[in-house]
Amino acid sequence: MNFGFLRQIGQGAFHFLASFGRIAFFTASAVRWTLQPPYYGRQIGRQIIDIGYYSLPVVGLTTLFSGMVLALQSYTGFARFSAEDTVATVVVLSVTRELGPVLAGLMVAGRIGASMAAEIGTMRVTDQIDALDTLSTRPMQYLVAPRLLAGTICLPFLVIIGDIIGVFGGYIVGVYRLGFNASLYLSRTLQFLEVADVMLGVIKAAVFGFLIALMGCYHGYHSGRGAEGVGLATTNAVVSSSIFILIANYIVTALFFGV
Amino acid sequence: MVAKIKIENLKKSFAGKEVLKGVSLEVAPQESLVIIGTSGCGKSVTLKCLLGLIAPDEGAILIDGTDTVGQSRNAREQMLHRFGMTFQFGALFDSLPIWENITFRLRQKVKMSRQEARKIASDIVVQLGLSAHVIDQYPAELSGGMQKRVALARAVADKPEILLFDEPTSGLDPITGGVIDNLIKDSVKRLGATAITISHDMASVRRIADKVAMIHHGVVIWYGPAAEMDHTGIPEVDQFVHGKAQGPLTQAINDDALSVGTNS
Ligand SMILES: Nc1ncnc2c1ncn2[C@@H]1O[C@H](COP(=O)(O)OP(=O)(O)OP(=O)(O)O)[C@@H](O)[C@H]1O
Ligand SMILES: [Mg+2]
Repeated sequence: MNFGFLRQIGQGAFHFLASFGRIAFFTASAVRWTLQPPYYGRQIGRQIIDIGYYSLPVVGLTTLFSGMVLALQSYTGFARFSAEDTVATVVVLSVTRELGPVLAGLMVAGRIGASMAAEIGTMRVTDQIDALDTLSTRPMQYLVAPRLLAGTICLPFLVIIGDIIGVFGGYIVGVYRLGFNASLYLSRTLQFLEVADVMLGVIKAAVFGFLIALMGCYHGYHSGRGAEGVGLATTNAVVSSSIFILIANYIVTALFFGV
Repeated sequence: MVAKIKIENLKKSFAGKEVLKGVSLEVAPQESLVIIGTSGCGKSVTLKCLLGLIAPDEGAILIDGTDTVGQSRNAREQMLHRFGMTFQFGALFDSLPIWENITFRLRQKVKMSRQEARKIASDIVVQLGLSAHVIDQYPAELSGGMQKRVALARAVADKPEILLFDEPTSGLDPITGGVIDNLIKDSVKRLGATAITISHDMASVRRIADKVAMIHHGVVIWYGPAAEMDHTGIPEVDQFVHGKAQGPLTQAINDDALSVGTNS
């Protein structure tokens, strides 16, 4: 009897656990160095501009159209039991609690996760990380820490802006396409919205921002040799940060469920 | 006299492949050692072990008599201040202009103004025969030869005691290569530094070496004064030094190429 497949499962599980351990170790050391001086202000600034400012168009467009489509779809659904006037509330709650953070997170994961992995990976394969180290600068503090900080700080702001744009998209469709009264739509939007809803979205965003930067840095840092290695690191960064975002999204939602 | 750098029985394997099988070397203070050997024999790995970038599996590395293998992070960070290194592929920071590359470590150590740093950088590049305006360019905008000079400038900028150069002249025309060799010789002499250089280029070896070591199959097969490398009586060294196509190394290189082919 051939137990090759069992061995493959075993090896797969082993690799999974090993990389899980490596990620945990990397996270611990990255967080530790992020909290310790020196802080590289210019690097942090550069990352904030890169992540926060240059992601605005992508996040804005994504949430705008999602808000619009959400208004149409929820209208279709609620019209079937004559609850059309809940459209505004459904739009604002879905956008702030769920769609804003998740869509912004996934879009930024594609944009920033990839570019971080490519940049750090290139530095790894061209020995720039070794050069940093020999020039008395800890790569964890110079490269990883600014990205983690910027990711965690920027995503909440991006998401708040995305939320506003998404709600605005719903408003446009609601008023100009579905014929709601403008002021009624607005008051419905604000009536049932609670601070907790926005906070939930913001907490999610911070977690996603951290995860995106962490995966970008981790895969870049451990990039294999050559251009092929960097390409693979980039793909892995995007895929793993997207998956972690979806898992973290459930965990955070469940933790705050009913709050 | 105690050696400045002493490497004892250094061993390192990657994924089961033994690259260094017991390398031993010694460099006296202010001496210039050149390491030669065929591609892939582990020269770069040896230098990276010296800096603690790669942890050897076995062996000792003594700097001024102190073993640095497995030292604490603090001790290593202290030690690194004494080293300057150029990497095989330059490893200049793409995202920083030349003046920031050159003064990178200086500015971590001492607070200095932008103007001061730029002044220091432009003095160094001028010394190395480049025009002062390159300090505002980015590494990608420079030719390979200019990048090598900038890498050299970065390595010597804060006057280290030990200099490591990984193929400083590879890929350059013979004239530029000669210029770089002179710069290396000058810097080493001016700083009173101890130097280890990796080179494939025999003209360059003759110019900069006091001592020469040849690594082959993961061990040092010959080590001695540069003047004696022409008459070692060891066929491998003889073939390498005189660049003959036929000889024992040819077989070794072909075997390596075959084994790489079958591994992947
Ligand atoms: N980080 C690493 N991971 C795995 N293998 C490595 C690593 N670094 C080096 N090697 C392997 O070790 C061997 C020696 O590499 P090294 O770079 O020291 O060669 P070299 O003597 O400097 O050659 P060249 O003259 O071509 O630069 C090679 O087979 C290389 O594939
Ligand atoms: Mg090499």
